[in-house]
Amino acid sequence: MVRLRNLFAVVMLFGIYSLLSAALFVALDAVDVAFTEAAVGAGISTILMLATLALTNARERSVTRRRALALAICTVTGLVLVSAMVDLPVFGALEAPAHAHVVPRYLLDSYREIGVPNVVTSVLASYRGYDTLGEVTVIFTAGLGVLCVLGAGREPPADDREDG
Amino acid sequence: MLELLALHYNYLAVVVLMMTGLYVVIANGNLVKKVIGLNIFQTSVFILYISFGKRLGGTAPILSPDFELYSNPLPHVLILTAIVVGVATTALALALVIRIHRGYGTLEEDEIERIEAEEQGGAG
Amino acid sequence: MEHHLVLRVAAKLLIPPILLFALYVQFHGDFGPGGGFQAGVIFGAGCILYGVVFGVDNLQRVVPAGVVRVLSAAGVLLYAGVGVWSLLSGGNYLDYGVLAADRVHGQHLGIMLVELGVGTTVSAVMIGLFYGFTSLRP
Repeated sequence: MVRLRNLFAVVMLFGIYSLLSAALFVALDAVDVAFTEAAVGAGISTILMLATLALTNARERSVTRRRALALAICTVTGLVLVSAMVDLPVFGALEAPAHAHVVPRYLLDSYREIGVPNVVTSVLASYRGYDTLGEVTVIFTAGLGVLCVLGAGREPPADDREDG
Repeated sequence: MLELLALHYNYLAVVVLMMTGLYVVIANGNLVKKVIGLNIFQTSVFILYISFGKRLGGTAPILSPDFELYSNPLPHVLILTAIVVGVATTALALALVIRIHRGYGTLEEDEIERIEAEEQGGAG
Repeated sequence: MEHHLVLRVAAKLLIPPILLFALYVQFHGDFGPGGGFQAGVIFGAGCILYGVVFGVDNLQRVVPAGVVRVLSAAGVLLYAGVGVWSLLSGGNYLDYGVLAADRVHGQHLGIMLVELGVGTTVSAVMIGLFYGFTSLRP
C-alpha cells in the first residue's frame, strides 16, 4: 500500500483494511463502533476516494523522496512510543484506570436512571449529550464546507459563469 | 523485556500502524496518498482507544441479566462519533484535493511547489 | 453502469433490506447495538449504492439535493431543539428527565428524538457529500 503507484489499488486496499478493522472492533466488544466503521470505511469513504480519483488522475507520478529521513523519524518516534507503552495497563486488565471514575456508574446505574439496556446509547445521547451535539454540528459544518469548496450549492452546471 | 512486550501487544500493533501512517504522510508526495496515510493514523488511534476499553472475559456493553462483566462503554462512545466526524473531515480534505487539482493540474507536492515558485518568480 | 446486469440485479435485491436495516438500527438502538450515527451511515450508504449503480440523476429524483441540504440542518436543529424544550420544561439544557411525568420515560423520549436528529443529519450529510463529489465534471 505504501509502495503501490496505482492509486485505484491503494484505495481498494484501504477499503479492505477498514473492513478488517471493523472485524477487530467486534473482537474487542465494540459492536456499535464496528457497525459504523464497516459502513463508513468500507462504504462511504471508499466511494468518496474513488470519486476523487475519477476527477483527478489515478496514477502517482513522483518517486518517493526523503525516504531515509521519513524512515528515521518514524523509527525514532516509534521507539519512543514503545518505551512509553510499557507503563500502560496490560491489555484486557480488569482494573485499569480507564475503568474507574464514571464508568462503574454508567454500567451499574444507567439502567435505573435512563432505562436503556445499551449503555453506549445512554452515554452517547444522555450523559454526554453536549459532546454529541458538538459532534453533530461538526459533521454538519464539514458537509457545508465540502459543498462550499466544490461549489456544489449552485444549481445545474449548464453555464460556467461564476456568480460570486 | 520480551514478556512486557507480549503483555502490551495491542499497543505494539497501534504503534506500528501509527508509524505506517506517519511514513506515508512524510514520504509520499501525492496528496491522495497523504489523505490515506492520515486515515491509517486515525484508525490506529481508534484501535488504541477501543483496546483501552477491552476487559478480558467481558462482553459488549448491552445490559442483560445473563452477564456480569462488560467492556468499558466510554471509549466506544468517543470513537463512534470520531469515526463519523472522521469521514466528514476526510471528505473535506478530498474536496480540497480536487480544488488543488483544478488549480494546478497535478496532485504531486513537488510539482505544485515548482509551479508556485515559477508564478512568484514571474510576478516579482 | 447500464450494462452491468449482475450488479443491477444484486443492488435491487440489496437496497431495500439495507434501508430497512438502517431504520431498525435507528429505532432499536436503545435495546441492541445501534443508534443515530450507525443508522445514518447505513442509510446513507444504501442511498449512495443506489446512486452508484442506477445513476445520480435517479437518486436525485428520490432525494433531491435541496431536501438533503434542508434535512442536514433539520437534524441539528431537532437535537438543539430538544435541549431548548428541556430548558422550557424547567430542567437543564439536554436534561431529558423533565420531558415527561416520569424521569425514565422522559429519558426514553429525549434519547429517541436526539438519535433521530443525529440520524437525519448524518444520513443527509453523507448523501450531500456524494452529490457534491459527483456534481463536478472531470
